[in-house]
Amino acid sequence: MRTDAGTGARRPREISYAQAVREALREELRRDPRVFLMGEDVGIYGGTFGVSAGLIEELGPDRILDTPISEAVLAGAAAGAALTGTRPIVEIPFSDFLSLALDQIGNQAAKMRYMFGGAVRVPLVVRSPAGSGTGAGAQHSQSQEAVFCHFPGLKVVVPSTPYDAKGLLKTAVRDDNPVVFLEQKLLYKETGPVPEEEYLVPFGKADVKRPGSDLTIVAWGRMVGMCLAAAERLESEGVSVEVLDPRTLVPLDTRAIVSSVAKTGRLLIVHEAVRTGGFGGEIAALVADSEAFPLLKAPIRRVAGFDIPVPYSPNLERNAVPTPERIEDAVRDLLVQGEKRPAGRTGSVRS
Amino acid sequence: MIDRSPGTTVAAAAAAQAARTRMGYPDSLLEDLYRRMLRIRYFEEEIHYHISRGHIHGTTHLYVGEEAIAAGAAANLSDLDYITSTHRCHGHAVAKGTALSGLAAEMFGKRAGVCGGKGGSMHLADPARGNLGGTGIVGGGLPIAVGAALSIRRLGQDRVAVCFFGDGAMNEGTFHESVNLASVWKLPVLFLCENNQYGVSTHVRRSTNVQDLSLRAAAYGIPGRKVDGMDVLAVYEAVREAKEYVKTNGPLLLVAQTYRFLGHSRSDANVYRTEEEIASWRRRDPIPRFRERLNEEGSFSEDRIEDIEEEVRREVDAAFRYARACEEPGLEDLLRDVYAD
Repeated sequence: MRTDAGTGARRPREISYAQAVREALREELRRDPRVFLMGEDVGIYGGTFGVSAGLIEELGPDRILDTPISEAVLAGAAAGAALTGTRPIVEIPFSDFLSLALDQIGNQAAKMRYMFGGAVRVPLVVRSPAGSGTGAGAQHSQSQEAVFCHFPGLKVVVPSTPYDAKGLLKTAVRDDNPVVFLEQKLLYKETGPVPEEEYLVPFGKADVKRPGSDLTIVAWGRMVGMCLAAAERLESEGVSVEVLDPRTLVPLDTRAIVSSVAKTGRLLIVHEAVRTGGFGGEIAALVADSEAFPLLKAPIRRVAGFDIPVPYSPNLERNAVPTPERIEDAVRDLLVQGEKRPAGRTGSVRS
Repeated sequence: MIDRSPGTTVAAAAAAQAARTRMGYPDSLLEDLYRRMLRIRYFEEEIHYHISRGHIHGTTHLYVGEEAIAAGAAANLSDLDYITSTHRCHGHAVAKGTALSGLAAEMFGKRAGVCGGKGGSMHLADPARGNLGGTGIVGGGLPIAVGAALSIRRLGQDRVAVCFFGDGAMNEGTFHESVNLASVWKLPVLFLCENNQYGVSTHVRRSTNVQDLSLRAAAYGIPGRKVDGMDVLAVYEAVREAKEYVKTNGPLLLVAQTYRFLGHSRSDANVYRTEEEIASWRRRDPIPRFRERLNEEGSFSEDRIEDIEEEVRREVDAAFRYARACEEPGLEDLLRDVYAD
């Protein structure tokens, strides 16, 4: 905490999302000698997005391990190390590359505990930046959280703010299960308040990023900020939008989602990942199967990435995933439907 | 059996014993190797019997013919040393010293099984004895072994990780990634390839251009050695040396030539190989071969050998009687143990 000059009021310092992740890494590495970080270029290079910058100088090459470009063995060795008394954190430079490690994450690490009758714990974290917006094309821009949610045994975290990124990563490192931690590459430079004193953010606890009464948006990762901005603009039109960030998709705070929808009567789900098979479908289904269903005043709607590989050209790339316009249009459309007024004012773009 | 505490290998205990036989090995070690092989053989024969009668469901991959490798390797390992296994994992689990009752119960899908009935034939594990488990994914265990060796290094332990895999796994990408990383970091892993000549039905000649698989070690700047996988003493010696080597120098690739006498799995009708080929390998069966050598030892009378065989037979029979009698997991177990608290 620091004191504002003149007023004497204390406000939390602001740091970037990347700094928040780095602080979590540093604190957990210092707290527990069993923890180590390994990955491609995490050492002197400081990580592909600079997240681990300075850690090797501070903690030494014994704790921060540069590796060959070998995603499968990194994930599998993390599982093997986790079984045998250490607590690895693996950085994979782009989450698209996790498909190269998917057998080790989904078939090995995720299943070991159950498959071996509860005889083992597999405390590991795979950190990887996800998302589009960097002009890196179809194989460096995906949001694949739903893939990992489909492997029982994994926990899946998608932090949307520096505060959450730090608190959730510290929780992930202390968790005794394999955690897929999907950082948002476009948020790395975004800043936000992060206390200097230690804190943890628990798994399975959604956060109401903005309270509202007319409609619930469930969004995670980079989409949270976009939805908050949309909600602010919609407020000037007299629309009160609640933005709920589940923060962890596995475990999922079902209760928070259902009770928010029961309150507002309308649900819009926003995710950057492609629509088909996206985790939004799961949320829609669980609300449809809940006590909030009869309280719905409008259909459940999703705004998601189109079912295409992420394109390169800036205008195409920007429009491949949800935009503020699509989010606002969807909100207006749902409100019109809910009040049974004729649509037409909004020119809605579905999905 | 030599009495031992965790951390003591049979090899170490045997070395401490002054009395040496004609073969140059302590009696107790020879007996131990024979018992380990017999346990595996009898265990597998029981599985074969029960699976062909429908008492055990699912599929299974039997280790009959390959016993000398698991037995010769495991005699060098303590409970603190790690192994990773394959889909053909029964022999490794038995050799590593897990009680046969828990292994048999697992095969019958019982709650008392080593995995509570949730793993089955391809996932026998016993982490408390260093067995990090079998995997149904060919090549899936190699990275796990590297990770175990990484823990050994990080925690400053005097242990090794032995990674069992087959000739088929050698053509998986994980082989390359794992051996490369272990060699760069000089981790204490013994990569022990069981070349049983076939990946399901495809002979290694048709899957791999290099027939001497140990030559692949050169690509990683590590030693590559070969051993007759049908000779338990040869395996024992090779693994003893390799274990010492990897502790101080980093990984080593050891390729054991062997043969599975039975089919790849339950459904295999053996159409891809000839009776003559199978018979020629059966003539090298590691168990009668070692039995003859024991017979030549002064201290192993026929009576003593038969006593050992009878004892192991009774041990295996008791394990299977136990396994068939114990209870199945209940639905209360179904959702348990997906996550650790």
